[in-house]
Amino acid sequence: MSKQLEVNKLSVSFGKVNVINDISFSLAAGRIGCILGPSGCGKTTALRTIAGFQQPTKGYVLLGNKQISSPQKSLPPEKRNIGMVFQDFALFPNLTVADNIRFGLRNWTTDAQQKRIDELLELIGLKHLATAYSHQLSGGQQQRVALARAMAPKPDILLLDEPFSSMDIDLREQLAREVRNILKQENITAILVTHDQHEAFVMADEICVMHDGIIQQHDTGYNLYHKPANKFVADFIGQGVIITGEAIDTGKIKTELGIIEGSTPEGCQPGCKVDVLIRPDDVIHDDESNEQAIIIDKAFKGAEFLYTLRTRTGVEVLCLAPSHHNHQINESIGIRLDIDHLVVFKQ
Amino acid sequence: MLIAILFSVPTLTIFTFVFQPATDTWQHLYDTVLTEYLTNSALLVMGVSIGSLTLGVSTAWLTSLCTFPGKKIFIWALLLPLAMPAYIIAYTYTGMFDFAGPVQTLLRELTGWGYGDYWFPEIRSLGGAITMLSLVLYPYVYLLARAAFLEQSVCVLEVSRSLGCGPWCSFYRVALPLARPAIVAGLSLALMETLADYGTVSYFGLGVFTTGIFRTWFGLGDETAAAKLAALLLLFVFTLVIIERGSRKQARYHHTSNKYSQLPEYQLTGLRAFTAMLICFLPVFLGFLLPGGQLAYWAGITFDEMVDASFIRLTMNSVLLAASAAILSLALALILAYGKRLMPQKSVLAAVRISGMGYAIPGTVIAVGIIIPFAWLDNTIDAFTREHFNISTGLLLSGTLVAVLFAYMVRFLAVSLQTVESGLGKIKYSMDDAARSLGYTPTETLRKIHMPLMKGTLLTSLLIVFVDVMKELPATLILRPFNFNTLAVRAFELASDERLADSASAAIMIVLAGLIPVILLSKSISTSRAGHVKATRSQ
Repeated sequence: MSKQLEVNKLSVSFGKVNVINDISFSLAAGRIGCILGPSGCGKTTALRTIAGFQQPTKGYVLLGNKQISSPQKSLPPEKRNIGMVFQDFALFPNLTVADNIRFGLRNWTTDAQQKRIDELLELIGLKHLATAYSHQLSGGQQQRVALARAMAPKPDILLLDEPFSSMDIDLREQLAREVRNILKQENITAILVTHDQHEAFVMADEICVMHDGIIQQHDTGYNLYHKPANKFVADFIGQGVIITGEAIDTGKIKTELGIIEGSTPEGCQPGCKVDVLIRPDDVIHDDESNEQAIIIDKAFKGAEFLYTLRTRTGVEVLCLAPSHHNHQINESIGIRLDIDHLVVFKQ
Repeated sequence: MLIAILFSVPTLTIFTFVFQPATDTWQHLYDTVLTEYLTNSALLVMGVSIGSLTLGVSTAWLTSLCTFPGKKIFIWALLLPLAMPAYIIAYTYTGMFDFAGPVQTLLRELTGWGYGDYWFPEIRSLGGAITMLSLVLYPYVYLLARAAFLEQSVCVLEVSRSLGCGPWCSFYRVALPLARPAIVAGLSLALMETLADYGTVSYFGLGVFTTGIFRTWFGLGDETAAAKLAALLLLFVFTLVIIERGSRKQARYHHTSNKYSQLPEYQLTGLRAFTAMLICFLPVFLGFLLPGGQLAYWAGITFDEMVDASFIRLTMNSVLLAASAAILSLALALILAYGKRLMPQKSVLAAVRISGMGYAIPGTVIAVGIIIPFAWLDNTIDAFTREHFNISTGLLLSGTLVAVLFAYMVRFLAVSLQTVESGLGKIKYSMDDAARSLGYTPTETLRKIHMPLMKGTLLTSLLIVFVDVMKELPATLILRPFNFNTLAVRAFELASDERLADSASAAIMIVLAGLIPVILLSKSISTSRAGHVKATRSQ
């Protein structure tokens, strides 16, 4: 597959503050990428640099084979052939749904415009609302119009800036799935920026986790969860706690929860200190186990309880137990470790 | 930036004259009339303060916290005097209460008194000027005080009542102090207008700064001394500007709570209701209905001989001038405000702020500040072309409509700028970005998105400047080309020649035009009110 977007050694700073520090990644045509990170990590700045609202201080951005951003030359946004969906949708309140979609099509013939509008309205399922104004639409409908408007001129890349953040939490995943289907039907290359990992998992083919202006890991959602590249990613993606341990042999680590078997990090000789990631599903509630822990907090999740436990040695871990195991706080329960994907970092 | 520099020229010119060596005229002025100008101006300012505070605050309180018959009408009717330029109300009253006027004549006929037999207040006096100005300027105080009363959280008033303070005591000890910044801001606006007023004081023959500048310039022909006077006046004005800005800032911190509920309105009945109605009715009657009626009566008498081809030309002049000034200043305001939005750098912000200062500067001062550099520029160009091309260009700028329009820009750009900026502020930045990402340049975005979205705002700005220019007197008087007249100038000239009735037609046109922004204003204040259930118009 050909590279549609390439970001090379890009840095952006506001005054003296470096917001983005030397990031590089690329995205193949037709793929949906995601920049995921906590607020203030530089993800929106990265997106705005690709869009052309922000000038880079170092590095460059290629779209197709054209250089669109570099410190020397930066194409204005209107010359880039990008599409963008905004956090607040930014639908033009003075125009109808159809005219909003038409807005970016001014160089098309009237027939072609109408055909494209009909096609998109069909795709987003809002044919009956073509003449409505944005204030007459629900949030989800507004978002789909914003998406159609951005896709209408067939941009080389579609940028989505936190597109679900103003939605009800319950709706977000469903909308994300809808948007993904629409993008895939149109075979659009897209980048999503979000702080919500569930959104990222649902929508994106590949995810860049960003923190402190640096890309921490560029991988699939599955790998981010099970093979995090560093402690930040391990901590940011999914739930879990990190406990300390010591390698006693190749593939064996002694921790306060007992000896865990698995691969030790490269260059770790017996005796080196390590951090081990324990996910809630790694800790199994087992009445037979000798290892006892006290429940200090619990949260009901429907099918499961998420217990916060304290072991005899004072380590706190999370445990996901089926919800028919209903125990009280301060009760002691038996646990054992069952780790499929051991995540270990050298200290 | 260029615009800002251009617009600070008049002010700067005035200030350079402060440091020029004093001429004999200045010494003469200093010895003779300067004290008079100072005391008169000070007395005028004090008098108008008392007058407009009394009228403005009492009516604002009654219409925001009490219920009495006719209240709904008074809420907007109290703004009507704003449409009445002070110089017009001044000569209308003179016509009515002068020795030869209908009131005194009637009095003499009824009693048989002759000249000198009785005492009657002299309308053409300092007291008269104070009354006239207060009657038309109190709406500034009313407007801001009312807004402040309405914004006050009802809780504090209820707390005060529960602590044993009656309605009056609550007013003095809670509501009034809370509204003070707003009242001060309104008062400073009224006082800026007072200091800028030329028509009234000149008609009443009072020696204050504005008339002094005029006399020194045209009577004594000393521009340096005139400019020095202007600088002194500016000093007063800038003090007011600082007070006003400070009060507005304070007003923002005076919000005690965001919890608003419907204000408990004191139901007034019987005598109290009647008194309230009277208090609200008097300013409207004296400030608008009475002089308006008199004007209409005069205009009716003189309509046939006054409204002829030249009157129509006069109206056309006024309308064309006002319209071009309104359009020009709107265009400049759009450039400045949009430039600020695109490039929010310090230099641009400063440029915008400087360009917006003109509203505080009296027309006379602006006129003097323009004519000096323009005359110099004309002479230079003329000398240059004569030397090199042997052509005399004459006066290109000064004494032409260019100068007049420039003066209007300096004075009224602030008005358009404020409206346009508030309009732009309501449009989210993501709109700009969305249009850009869809292939529109910034200029196209302004045309396709911002301008349609701000249609109402733009229209308001056009109207307000239009009307302000229609009413403007001193700058037009000084800067207009020979044989060029506007309604305002004509009305003033006729009135000065004691042809009061003849001037009524022109005056009425101005008042009618002045009603437009008042209507707009009253509409906007009746719809915006925290705590009242607003017609929810989701965007």
